[in-house]
Amino acid sequence: MTIAALLAGMFLATYLTRASFLVFGHRLRFPPALKAALHHVPVAVLTAIIVPEALAPGGQLDVSLGNPWLVGTVVAAVVARLSGHLLLSLAVSFAAFGLMRWW
Amino acid sequence: MTTVRHALYAGARDALPLMIGTLPFGVIYGTTAVAAGLSPLAALAMSVIVFAGSAQFIAVSLISGGAALPVIWLTTFVVNLRHALYSATVHPAAHGWGLRWRALVAFWLTDEVFAVIEKRLMERGNDALLPYALGAGGGFYLNWLTWTAIGAWLGQQFPDLAGWGLDFAMIATFAAMIAPQLRAPTPVVVALAAGTTAWLARGLPFKLGLILAAFAGVAAGVWMDHRRKAREAAA
Repeated sequence: MTIAALLAGMFLATYLTRASFLVFGHRLRFPPALKAALHHVPVAVLTAIIVPEALAPGGQLDVSLGNPWLVGTVVAAVVARLSGHLLLSLAVSFAAFGLMRWW
Repeated sequence: MTTVRHALYAGARDALPLMIGTLPFGVIYGTTAVAAGLSPLAALAMSVIVFAGSAQFIAVSLISGGAALPVIWLTTFVVNLRHALYSATVHPAAHGWGLRWRALVAFWLTDEVFAVIEKRLMERGNDALLPYALGAGGGFYLNWLTWTAIGAWLGQQFPDLAGWGLDFAMIATFAAMIAPQLRAPTPVVVALAAGTTAWLARGLPFKLGLILAAFAGVAAGVWMDHRRKAREAAA
């Protein structure tokens, strides 16, 4: 994989969305249905990344308290849900993960 | 001229809390990018050229998972599509700016920069909005590059960091970002659909399962919205 191609494609994929209306505005309309669908993208994409990595960090299914990835991810989610504080939940979950791996 | 300078400065100042908030993510991005096998220069180049925090994070996790280029591009596009909404929101106020300035502000239109610009737009309308946006966007850009560079440098100084579970830092960050949204039924269903699909499709090559899971999650969300509207119409 060449870095140049990676970056060029990512630049286009990002810049086209941001430039859409600001640069080509007069000819565009944002479909309300797409707007509603976009609302669900962050939760869908991030969950899709998290689940396989947390349940099977080495590629092998490991649903147990001995899996630091799973425990740490659950801790991050629970603390964030209860406190609403992003950095606090990261600190707690990193600590839990570190303790489990190196204690 | 003073108003222009004031507005530039005000934009940068109002973006400051968000700049501090992105410090850990910039550093973690730079470090994990190097741990995933990018050179420090390539990690920094991604911040310079792409400038999209969450998409950069996701790209790094896809690269270390062996994803194909088109999958990374498509995921970046899907993840960033919401920025088109920001573009549409700023557009009516940007009529008199000239194409070059509009193109530059568009390049800097991340979630955080948009949040700062939108707040100003609500409070002060179009008054000196361009220099304000340039101050916020330019400040935030330099900020992101600085933390990325420090992270990439750390990653290079401590190559063992890759073995310390930095992949965990990424998924913990994602989990903490979405968990607060899981109060209403719709996002829970979206997460369940996307998570289940991602698990079942994890064996597909090039991380194609991620795209499939993203679409399954969004489809579930649209279906839930539809159901709620139908119920409200019946009531």
